Amino acid sequence: MASRYDRAITVFSPDGHLFQVEYAQEAVKKGSTAVGIRGANIVVLGVEKKSVAKLQDERTVRKICALDDHVCMAFAGLTADARVVINRARVECQSHKLTVEDPVTVEYITRFIATLKQKYTQSNGRRPFGISALIVGFDDDGIPRLYQTDPSGTYHAWKANAIGRSAKTVREFLEKNYTEDAIASDNEAIKLAIKALLEVVQSGGKNIELAVIRRNQALKMFSAKEVELHVTEIEKEKEEAEKKKSKKSV
Amino acid sequence: MALQDVCKWQAPDTQGPSPHLPQAGGWLVPRGCDPQTFLQIHGPRLAHGTTTLAFRFRHGVIAAADTRSSCGSYVACPASCKVIPVHQHLLGTTSGTSADCATWYRVLQRELRLRELREGQLPSVASAAKLLSAMMSHYRGLDLCVATALCGWDRSGPMLFYVYSDGTRLQGDIFSVGSGSPYAYGVLDRGYHYDMTTQEAYALARCAVAHATHRDAYSGGSVDLFHVRKSGWEHVSRSDACVLYVELQKLPEPEPEPEEEASHAHPECATAHSTVEDRELSVGPGEMTPGDSRMPAGTETL
Repeated sequence: MASRYDRAITVFSPDGHLFQVEYAQEAVKKGSTAVGIRGANIVVLGVEKKSVAKLQDERTVRKICALDDHVCMAFAGLTADARVVINRARVECQSHKLTVEDPVTVEYITRFIATLKQKYTQSNGRRPFGISALIVGFDDDGIPRLYQTDPSGTYHAWKANAIGRSAKTVREFLEKNYTEDAIASDNEAIKLAIKALLEVVQSGGKNIELAVIRRNQALKMFSAKEVELHVTEIEKEKEEAEKKKSKKSV
Repeated sequence: MALQDVCKWQAPDTQGPSPHLPQAGGWLVPRGCDPQTFLQIHGPRLAHGTTTLAFRFRHGVIAAADTRSSCGSYVACPASCKVIPVHQHLLGTTSGTSADCATWYRVLQRELRLRELREGQLPSVASAAKLLSAMMSHYRGLDLCVATALCGWDRSGPMLFYVYSDGTRLQGDIFSVGSGSPYAYGVLDRGYHYDMTTQEAYALARCAVAHATHRDAYSGGSVDLFHVRKSGWEHVSRSDACVLYVELQKLPEPEPEPEEEASHAHPECATAHSTVEDRELSVGPGEMTPGDSRMPAGTETL
């Protein structure tokens, strides 16, 4: 039955599905994992870096992009589609500043991206964007925000979320471990993001890319060394926790 | 959309100003004429001439204006209201052509209301000023005359912007607009300081407009006084200009203390004034010079 209703984007199936949009969501599930965490004074984005070919220049693969000084996003899905969306969002951030003098709020730019994605689910001759995005930043009022958009054009605010491959596993980990204590300090929030990614990333710290925005500061991308430092810290804590456990059981 | 491109159909731009306004630059004039000259020769005589002022201080923004609408040497209305509310926390003083001001304020109200619904909060005074000047700059050269001071209270406290229809947009602490503005500036510059009390501010505004109506032929009638506070705008009073002027003459002279400051201020005033002159020549449309609130752009018509 599905095969008769999944060719054209603008055709509903009898049971109310838009199959092209759902297939776009499948494309997202094939992309590498991205996780976003909203702390008390910090927002963290972490992505799984796909291993690059030997001759490829690693620095040109960027999955976390700044949209403006106070907003950035990570995506999962088709990289080329993401490039188009990011370009449009960056232009919109500057146009907004030109027209109304104020920088965009995180919600405004998320709504813009979501509206853009929705337009493409209702057009002739076009296919939906095959990406989900995690958009983080601080508004003028100093409140941190995290939003997620998907190919259908809906967006929601989250305290912590993951998209891409194994997003379900990561989200379950976050549901268990996102507590007020866990995000109390900036360091703890960063470690929570790394721990969440380590659940699903093979070969540890060197395949993780991390970026944070602190209140009233610009986006900071972590270097490989800084990520390694945090990973070693996490591993140490794990060992100590296990030692305590084994002592108790003895 | 692909089909739209093939049929060359343009969706209406709901983000821009009202579609019911005439297209910018769309005046039909005889060949060989430019719209501005044509209007100057054949157009209707429009109402000009007024005194309006606005200044911001610790407890909000004061807006005051006279109420005489003149049309050449004929008083069209002795009791018009030249301060237009835009929304609960924003007022605009109007000077120039009354009809233009009224129309553009309605368009501005519409824009701000739409943005409030979309964003969940009202745009700041800076945004409102930017929107107004951007909308009017499309009609530049078509004899639009709107010189207005937007007075409001937003997230950053009391704010005051001067917007002129050629696209000028200035932020400042004191603005006076209209044919009576030189007389009002004299009084304002003498008595203004940011930390004055509300009653002092009311007295200063009334005094400035009253003196302007006394000397300027195109200003008169009554003096309207408005105050924008954190909780919204409030119409404080409307008093007859002549009565007010007579009462002011009866007041005792100010104490000698302020005289010391005045003598201090004189050498400063001289240098400040000359720098203002230099700057006025180089201020272009749309440029922001914070703090330099002395003179509006020289192209204002009377």
